Amino acid sequence: MDKLVVSTSAHIKDSDSIPRIMWGVNLALLPVLIAAVYFFGLYALGVVLSSVISAVITEAVIQKFLFKKPVTVSDGSAVTCGILLAFSIPPSVPLWLPAVGSFVSIAIAKQCFGGLGWNVFNPAMIGRAFLLICWPVEMTTWTSPLDGVTGASPLGILKEEGFSKVVEFFGNRTTMYTDLFIGNVRGSLGETSCLLLLVGACYLFYKKYISWHIPVSFLGTIALLSWMTGGDPLFAILSGGCILGAFFIATDMVTSPVTKTGQLIFGIGVGALVVLIRAKAGYPEGVCYAVLLMNTLTPLIDRYIKPKPFGVVKK
Amino acid sequence: MLKIFLNGIFKENPIFRLALALCPSLAVSNTAFNGLGMGLCLLFVITSSNVIISSVRNLIHPKIRIPAYLTIIAVLVTMVEAFLHAYVPALHKSLGIFIALMVVFAIVLARAEVFASKNTVWKSLMDGLGMGLGFALAMVLLGIIRELLGSGSVFGYNIMGQNFKPILIMLFSPGAFLLVGLLMGFFNWYERRFTKNL
Repeated sequence: MDKLVVSTSAHIKDSDSIPRIMWGVNLALLPVLIAAVYFFGLYALGVVLSSVISAVITEAVIQKFLFKKPVTVSDGSAVTCGILLAFSIPPSVPLWLPAVGSFVSIAIAKQCFGGLGWNVFNPAMIGRAFLLICWPVEMTTWTSPLDGVTGASPLGILKEEGFSKVVEFFGNRTTMYTDLFIGNVRGSLGETSCLLLLVGACYLFYKKYISWHIPVSFLGTIALLSWMTGGDPLFAILSGGCILGAFFIATDMVTSPVTKTGQLIFGIGVGALVVLIRAKAGYPEGVCYAVLLMNTLTPLIDRYIKPKPFGVVKK
Repeated sequence: MLKIFLNGIFKENPIFRLALALCPSLAVSNTAFNGLGMGLCLLFVITSSNVIISSVRNLIHPKIRIPAYLTIIAVLVTMVEAFLHAYVPALHKSLGIFIALMVVFAIVLARAEVFASKNTVWKSLMDGLGMGLGFALAMVLLGIIRELLGSGSVFGYNIMGQNFKPILIMLFSPGAFLLVGLLMGFFNWYERRFTKNL
């Protein structure tokens, strides 16, 4: 490799900054928002707005009145957190629910740990886990896109009735893959449309805000392990929150390892946990908990995978 | 004397200051009634154990003091359990194993070791009362907040109305962890503010 690669802890002065990256991520999430509004109606926009507004207000109020620090709402990180939280919950929830979730995300998972850069866990996922434990009924009521009929999500059908029922539900395998890829399935607001998630992800790759290591090892592990356990690898990747998790949630700069090797380990760990939770645990989907569990290991990974200091010759 | 008494309630509150006896504060503070019950049981146990241990403190050989303390505490706890079983069976049922576990609560042994074994009977009595009351108040506070948020009522009386969607996490130990942490932070913040103004 003879090209100069800039690593996460940048050493060259560049125009990239926290606000630029965060607003870049928000821009990358915009196509997904359009898909959510198209499939689940204008109410989806209300859910996202409720979550974002609550996140921004919570951050501003805590920084201004409790810690008496400068308010850094304009860096966009609270907005990103609010959007990601709203994208990971069902479209039919009452509007106060995302607001409470965002409050927990920002107040407990982010500001209690010292604010942006200090949080151990991904704030949006903490908010989601909190909501799932507190209001399990609202958080597992899935409405189907366009007509709004409630029922089980594809992963729920897989858990309860097996893979053949999933194929039956969609008609045949081809329509299953296309529907999952386009996003015409029951699921959380922003996780259904793999197509537009990938459009956003391409933008992040183009801007070099994320590297291929976490998404590829994450999705690769899921595909490999579900193939080995007799499942359908493509279905496993396209369903649930895998794509959203792989490109937007697990790649969070604060809560994932710094080095490339560390990121590969992180991705493999999340992928393995997702397959394990989907197959053996009580929940049909496990991206949220898998990411949170691997977040706890991030400091350990960073400690043992130390990058070679610049200029040191390998012996 | 008053200072020793108040010490246990505010300055060295077992849960929010010493961070001892966290096990019952996480497990049985899910309703205000359970919190109060547990608090009163511990108030009795810690006060009596402090008084007994300080009155026999010169008779116990230092090398076997911990087993001796534990035996005294265990006798007291067994009395409490038998009493609850006979007169308040509902509380006995909801507290369950945690009544017997009082024998090994760190706060009881800590006060025996740190305070009662070195001080007079009267001082130990005040210390036991203060620590026990501090624990009981903290448990009731936790119980009220958790019951209010987790099931919308306090001491069994519905307060929040029919449309309230209970915050279920508050009924489980993770919710208690969050609450104890937040309250600890709140008290630290309050004390720092208070002492700055002085």
